[in-house]
Amino acid sequence: MSATAVAPRLHGIRHRRLTTLLALLAVVLVAIVLSVTIGSKPVPLGDAWHALTAPTGTENDLVIRSLRVPRTVLGVLAGIALGVAGALMQGHTRNPLADPGLLGVTQGAAFAMVSSIILLGVSNLLAYIWFGLAGALVASVAVFALGMVGGRGGPTPVTLALAGTAVSALLAALTSAVVLLDEQAMDVFRFWQAGSISGRNGDVVWQVTPFILVGLVLAMMNAPGLNALSLGEDVARSLGQNIMLTRTIGVAAVTLLSGAAVAACGSLAFIGLIVPHLARPLSGADHRWLLPYSGLIGAGLLLIADVIGRVVAPPGELEVGVVLALMGAPFFVALVRRRKPVRL
Amino acid sequence: MTTTLPLRTRVLSWRVRVRAVVVALIGVVLLGLLMALNMRIGDIQMSLADVISGAIDVNSPAHFVVMELRLPRALTGALVGAALALSGAIIQSIARNPLASPEILGVTTGASVTVVAGVVLTGTANGGTSGLLTSLGIPALALLGGLAGAAIVYGLAWRRGLDGYRLVLVGIGVSAVFTNIKFWLLTVGDVNDTGRAMVWISGSLNSRGWEHVVPTALALAVLVPLALLGTRSLDALRFGDDTVTALGVRVNPARALMILAAVLLAAVATAAAGPIAFVALASPQIALRLARSAHPPLLCSAIIGAVLTTAADLIARTAFSPIELPVGIVTAVLGAPYLIHLIWRSRK
Repeated sequence: MSATAVAPRLHGIRHRRLTTLLALLAVVLVAIVLSVTIGSKPVPLGDAWHALTAPTGTENDLVIRSLRVPRTVLGVLAGIALGVAGALMQGHTRNPLADPGLLGVTQGAAFAMVSSIILLGVSNLLAYIWFGLAGALVASVAVFALGMVGGRGGPTPVTLALAGTAVSALLAALTSAVVLLDEQAMDVFRFWQAGSISGRNGDVVWQVTPFILVGLVLAMMNAPGLNALSLGEDVARSLGQNIMLTRTIGVAAVTLLSGAAVAACGSLAFIGLIVPHLARPLSGADHRWLLPYSGLIGAGLLLIADVIGRVVAPPGELEVGVVLALMGAPFFVALVRRRKPVRL
Repeated sequence: MTTTLPLRTRVLSWRVRVRAVVVALIGVVLLGLLMALNMRIGDIQMSLADVISGAIDVNSPAHFVVMELRLPRALTGALVGAALALSGAIIQSIARNPLASPEILGVTTGASVTVVAGVVLTGTANGGTSGLLTSLGIPALALLGGLAGAAIVYGLAWRRGLDGYRLVLVGIGVSAVFTNIKFWLLTVGDVNDTGRAMVWISGSLNSRGWEHVVPTALALAVLVPLALLGTRSLDALRFGDDTVTALGVRVNPARALMILAAVLLAAVATAAAGPIAFVALASPQIALRLARSAHPPLLCSAIIGAVLTTAADLIARTAFSPIELPVGIVTAVLGAPYLIHLIWRSRK
């Protein structure tokens, strides 16, 4: 192919990618509107706008401002965080089975939360979340340290994945032991385990936002390095990549993103597992595009699943984690069956 | 140390890896010691002589404790551990992925859903007769759920042949559905039923008897030789479908047979003792590192699975006596640090 023919083709690819990005953005916006207006008490779009811009203290204003908006914002943040974290995790471990919980984040958060209940008698959501976040960070650092000493001159995908699985299994076992001994911890744990974004107020959102924002910045910084790494460590090294630094930034990003999301919403790691597989056929292997696509698909999927969970079993609600699996997994399976999966 | 001895007869030739054989022998000795300890220790402490005389003499007071309580329980543990580990080794070889386990094939997750549904929906909150279900129905329910789960995964992954990669992806999708239905069921029921379901989900050997030993032993007697015969095609399958086809192995029948063996092993084991955590995933990885082989050695994995489960049950039974922990909690607490140690040691 001559040089003149390559340029317009590259231009076309970039054009298509931007269009896809805008389309995904539009989907997320629609999902946000649905999430604000639909629920056990439907609010017309006009009233919702009124509540956001000029609240006068009506019942609808209250529902929108104190319940729906925090829930929606949390859904968007958690969806983006888990989608991006999943794509990073699969990129770094080069394993399609890797989910953002692989570094021990989910089980670390769970163990810290149930321990805080039985040891310190903690009983409010805000405090659980701090413990969950701390547990997620500690577990992830431990896994990374183990993966690092296990690999040769830095964490390799296999040692990282195995160390993560081992630490997760250990923490999950300890968590089971704790909840089997304490009924109150069991009661909190079983609802946290199902995964939910309801009943979290604005404080929870403010609590996790900084972690997710820092995580997103690190993730985007990590994208070019991860592209080089996916050519193999030797090629990456000869391209001038600092492999150790790239891996460390990647793990830090995954930890912040998924730690914050999981601490606030419970175990929703499945969304981080499937979203990159949905995004990869659209974006190709380039992480600079895969990461934003995964984030947007994650946010859209999480919000839509949450809205469905609100209306599907009146008068109660179905936890978003359950809806996600019931809705997302068949879709995921159909996708895997229809086309040849894009391999990592 | 990668010494191999060629072993040839007129019809068959076999490569015997010395290190793997040594690991297997040490494992068997260790298993024997652990079983003996398991017979001796408990609410009633016995010497080995007591155990042996109790086993032989039908009229001795120790007879019931040894033959009806401790021996069947210990045998169930060892057999189930071996079956899960062998299943894990086969699946990890086929998927060419160290994170793969029977969960990927929908076996353990399928069994968990049906059992949790059984416990929660017929539980105290719904006025059911949960005692009857516990003693009779749960193994059958688990077997049914495990086989159905695997059939769903296999059916959905089949598309003009079976691709290892697609099998894994379909498996995680289907398993996620099962797992989340299980999570939901756990939130629906009474918290006491949730607790009882959690014990089963963690994997437990409490009050297991000969009715658990016999089916597991029969399944192993058929499936272990089958799996070992398939070792060669498994070795070939690791090179990727195209290469293997070129080497003259019929990919799909060989793989289908091995997957069937893995599914049956995991389903039978899960029916007997619940989805004991981590044995299927860790044992092949531990075996591979101890034997210094490139991929999970099947027989070594099975022996290590049996050792791990037996050791874990000994601790689960006696460490916090009179409280008995679910064995699955201890397998993870024992196996995880050991796997971590092996990963750590293998750095060069």
